[in-house]
Amino acid sequence: MTSAREDILANIRRSLGVTGSEAPRRSNVATRLQNAPAGIIPVRGQLDARGRVAMFKQQAERAQASVTEVAHPEDVPGEVARFLRDHNLPATIRIGADARLGAMPWAQTALEVSSGRSNGNDPNAVSHAFGGVAESGTLAMLSGPDNPTTLNFLPDNHIVVLSAADVVGDYETIWKRLRDDLGKGTLPRTVNLITGPSRSADIEQTLLLGAHGPRTLHIIIVGEPA
Amino acid sequence: MTVHTTSPQFKQNAHEAIHDAPLQKALNNMRTGFIERRALAAAELPEFEALRDSARDIKKHTLQHLDLYLEAYEKKVIEAGGRVHFCRTPAEANAAVLSICKARGARTVTKGKSMISEEMGLNDVLLAEGINPIETDLGEYIIQLRGEIPSHIIAPAVHLNKEQVEADFRRVHTHLPRDRVLTEPTQLLTEARAVLRERFLAADVGITGANFLIAETGTSIIVTNEGNGDLTQTLPKVHIVLASLEKLVPTLEDVSQLLRVLARSATGQDMSVYTTLSTGPRRPGDVDGPEEYHVILLDNGRSAMVGGEFGDMLRCIRCGACMNHCPVYHAVGGHAYGWVYPGPMGAVLTPSLIGVDKAGHLPNASTFCGRCEAVCPVRIPLPKLMRHWREREFARHLTPAAFRSGLRLWAFFAKRPRLYRFATRIGMAGLGLIGKRRGRFKSLPLAGGWTNFRDMPAPQGPTFQARWAKEKRVR
Repeated sequence: MTSAREDILANIRRSLGVTGSEAPRRSNVATRLQNAPAGIIPVRGQLDARGRVAMFKQQAERAQASVTEVAHPEDVPGEVARFLRDHNLPATIRIGADARLGAMPWAQTALEVSSGRSNGNDPNAVSHAFGGVAESGTLAMLSGPDNPTTLNFLPDNHIVVLSAADVVGDYETIWKRLRDDLGKGTLPRTVNLITGPSRSADIEQTLLLGAHGPRTLHIIIVGEPA
Repeated sequence: MTVHTTSPQFKQNAHEAIHDAPLQKALNNMRTGFIERRALAAAELPEFEALRDSARDIKKHTLQHLDLYLEAYEKKVIEAGGRVHFCRTPAEANAAVLSICKARGARTVTKGKSMISEEMGLNDVLLAEGINPIETDLGEYIIQLRGEIPSHIIAPAVHLNKEQVEADFRRVHTHLPRDRVLTEPTQLLTEARAVLRERFLAADVGITGANFLIAETGTSIIVTNEGNGDLTQTLPKVHIVLASLEKLVPTLEDVSQLLRVLARSATGQDMSVYTTLSTGPRRPGDVDGPEEYHVILLDNGRSAMVGGEFGDMLRCIRCGACMNHCPVYHAVGGHAYGWVYPGPMGAVLTPSLIGVDKAGHLPNASTFCGRCEAVCPVRIPLPKLMRHWREREFARHLTPAAFRSGLRLWAFFAKRPRLYRFATRIGMAGLGLIGKRRGRFKSLPLAGGWTNFRDMPAPQGPTFQARWAKEKRVR
C-alpha cells in the first residue's frame, strides 16, 4: 500500500500530465523560491522617511489604533504612564526581555513593571515592534523572549514601541529586512502583522472592538525618521 | 462523508429559507454593507485591479507546479521542527488529529475558524472520543452552541439576530446571573470574551485553519480580526493546522500580493487585524508558543481537480466576496446550500467534492448575473464553471424528466431556424394580442412556477430577431 503522501503527489502529477522530474518545471520552482520576485507594490507607501511615518500614523489610526510620537527612547516610560493614566488604567505593565525596552528609565515613573510572558492576568503590556508598514498602518512583531507572543494577545491594552527608522513602505521591505537578519527561507516561530485592536462583526454585522485580543492598541513612534 | 448533507433538497431548503422571517431579517443586515465596504476599499487602491491579476497568476503558477511546491513546503516545515500529515480523505485527517490529541491525553481542544474542519466533520469525531472541541471565533462559538454549521465562510453566524444569540447565551451560560442585561451586541461580545478566555487558558491542543501555506519558509498563515486564532495556537502545548492542498503559495512576496486583495474583498479592510505567520514549534529560548506543530494537509478530491475543467476553483482564497454579492445567497442564506461551502464558490466546489448527483441543484441556483466573477479577487470564472456542471449534470441524465423533454422540444426548434422563427413569431404575436389590454399575465399555462411569484410582461409585437433584421437594413 502506498502512503497518502505518495498517492496525493502521484494524483496531482497524473492530473497535470507530468512526472515531477521535468527540468523546466523544477527550475521554474527553484528560481521562484530563490528570487522571490516582487509583484505589484502600491505607490501609497512609497514615500520618503517622514512621509512613511505620516502615512503609517494615518493608516493605523484608521484601523482604530492610537499613535503618538516621542523624540527619544527615554521619553517612552513617561508616555506609557500618561496613556494609562488618561485612560484610567492600572499603572502596571508587563514587558519581555527586549534590551531596547530594558534600557528605558522606567524607574522615573510610578509604573509597576514585571517581565516575561503573560498568563492572562496582565491588564497592560508593552512590546517593541520589529517594524511598521506605512501602506496599511501594520505592525510587524516577532516572537521570542524579547517580545513574547502572549503579550500581543492576552492583555486588555497593548502598547507597542516602534522606532521611526523601522517604518517601511510595504510588507516586502519587512521580508527583506528579516532575510538580512535571519537568512533566506527562515522566519521566527511567529510573525504577527497587527493592524489595529481586536474586533468582531459577527453579531448582526455590528463592528465592536475588543473581541479576544486587546481592546486598545497604542503605538509610540520613537525618534527621527531615517 | 461525515458532514450531514442536505444539498439534494436545495429546492425545499430554499423554499423554507424564503419563508423564514428571522433569517430574512438577518440577511437584510448583510445585503448592502459588504458590497459597499468592498467597493470603497477597491476604489481607494489604484493598484487593486492589477493586484487581482497578480493574485490570479500566482495561484495559477502554484497550481501548475503544485507537486513540487508541496515537496519544498514539507521540507521547510520539517527543518523548522514541524510535521506535515498528508491525508487523502477526511477520515484520514480526522484519524491524524485524533492520534495527536490522544498522544497528549487531550481533554479540551480550542479551535480557530477552519472550513477544512467543517469538511472533515472534526467536532463530532472529537466528541465521540471524549475530547471537547470549543470553537473560539465568536460566530463559530455561537453556531456551535446551536448545533449548526456556518452559513457563510467568513461570517459564520450571519444568519442570526442578536435576540437569538442572547437566548443561546442564557441557555448555555447558566453560571452567570440570570438578571444580567444582554440586549446589545457589545454585552454579548463581552460575555463571550470572558467565557472563552478561561477555555483558551485550559486547552490542551489548539487547532486552527490556514489561509495560506508558504513553500519558501514552511509557514502557515491565519488571518483573523478577533485574535482568537492566535490565542488558540499560542497557549496550548500543541498546535494543529488544518489546511487543504491549494492553500500553497511560493514566497513571502507572493503571499503579500494575495493579502492585499483578501481583506479588501472580504470585509473592505486594507488588512485584517491579525495576519499571523507560524513556522514550526517553540524555539530554544522562547517563553511561549506550542511545543508541537503539525500540519494536516487534506486532499479530499482536490488532486484530481488540478489542471482539469474545475481546476480554476482551486485558486479560491475564501474571501466570501462571491456570496456577499450573490442575489441567490442574499435570498436564501448559506444553510440552504446544504453542505460546507455556500454561495457561488460553493455551487462550483461542492459538486467537485461530494458529487454532482448530490449537489446538482447548486450550480443551477444562479441567475448568471456575473457579479461573483466581477468581484472575485483571483478572477475565477464562476458562472462558466457552474455552466460546466449543468452540462455534466445533463450529460449524466441527472436533470428531471420535464426539464429534459422541455429542452429537447426547444432543441428541435433551435436546430431548425426557419421553423423556430416562424413558431416564435406566431407565439409572440398571439401572446401580444391576448395580453394587450392588461400589458401583463398573472398566470400562463406550463409556466406556473414562474408566474406564481411575478407577472410576465406581455410581448409588445414583433420578435427580437425580426426587429434585428429590420434595424440592420435601416443601417
